[in-house]
Amino acid sequence: MSEEQIKNLEEQFEARIVRDDKIEPKDWMPEKYRQTHIRQISQHAHSEIVGMLPEGNWITRAPSLRRKVALLAKVQDEGGHGLYLYSAAETLGISRDEMFEQLHSGKAKYSSIFNYPALTWADMGAIGWLVDGAAIINQVALCGTSYGPYARAMVRICKEESFHQRQGYEIMLKLSEGAQEQKDMAQDALNRFWWPSLMMFGPKDDESPHTAQSMKWKLKRKTNDDLRQQFIDQTVPQAELIGLTIPDPDLKWNEEKKGYDFGPIDWDEFWQVVKGHGPCNKERMKARVNAWEEGTWVRDAAMSYAEKQQKRKEKQAV
Amino acid sequence: MKKNWPLWEVFVRSKNGLEHRHFGSLHAVDAEMALENARDVYTRRNEGVSIWVVESKHITASNPEHNGELFEPAQDKVYRHPTFYNLPDEIKHM
Repeated sequence: MSEEQIKNLEEQFEARIVRDDKIEPKDWMPEKYRQTHIRQISQHAHSEIVGMLPEGNWITRAPSLRRKVALLAKVQDEGGHGLYLYSAAETLGISRDEMFEQLHSGKAKYSSIFNYPALTWADMGAIGWLVDGAAIINQVALCGTSYGPYARAMVRICKEESFHQRQGYEIMLKLSEGAQEQKDMAQDALNRFWWPSLMMFGPKDDESPHTAQSMKWKLKRKTNDDLRQQFIDQTVPQAELIGLTIPDPDLKWNEEKKGYDFGPIDWDEFWQVVKGHGPCNKERMKARVNAWEEGTWVRDAAMSYAEKQQKRKEKQAV
Repeated sequence: MKKNWPLWEVFVRSKNGLEHRHFGSLHAVDAEMALENARDVYTRRNEGVSIWVVESKHITASNPEHNGELFEPAQDKVYRHPTFYNLPDEIKHM
């Protein structure tokens, strides 16, 4: 294709996005659009799969059957969400194996929040309430994104996730109604997860290298700072209602902007964790790599068995 | 030798009376496993009463680059729509 032709196609493509046309897998798309989407969708998928680890860790220790079935269902949903997203990324021409390879080699990132440990049962509450709460805000904004398979996966995921946040908040609510030790445990979980949750929205707008291009492609409908503000404004009253204190001395209602002002985020910590120096980066990656390597013989055996069955069927048909 | 599990497309009928609709895709070694995985991945909340799976390689798709010759001929055939025909206002039930 000549440069002229490509430029022409690019113009038509941008025009389609402007008029809210969805882009589907077999449509022509600029290479950068394809690569950006592969990167974002696969990292989103990795986040779901790695996100199963901190909570999976608590399933056997859930305090009641009610809590246990809910947590099991939530972790299973996350596995499902990872699968929807891997499938969506595969439509762009990357294989499932390549994506795993990128995750395991550290080339692909996942949400840094999962590099923090889940130390107490209250962390299951804080994760559902704050981490899923933040994820929902990010994901609702993505339901209208321009790439069809990604948007459809997001719609399905958003529908399923509201229970995740509610079950988390309910855990916090119960703890805050309990004994002093339980209240302290809930407050401690909030203290540890508050700032990492705010970091989930990514760097500040003026330091976010991809924002402008992503907004243009509707891969982002709102900026990191807007989404973060929305999260804070909706979460502060939820904390107050159950008597928990947001661990930010600078947090203050600003009547003029009709939102909360908040203290500085420790971006050094954020970049440290992104670069692999968080409390659990190594542990999480080890768990994923082990699962993949130790599962190899199972995947191979299943494939061989299926082939054997197929051959047997063909023989019988003769 | 390493072989990847093939890709399957999943279609779900959400209730009797409705058609099967494309829900997504997944990897499985054979049709039976594809059905079982589809049940776990796509119908965890009563989304369906029937599932079809078909290996993705068996689907032949039209090429969007040929959309012009495929679909444009239908655009100027307005006489295929009821509104093309002028009838007096008094006419009922037509």
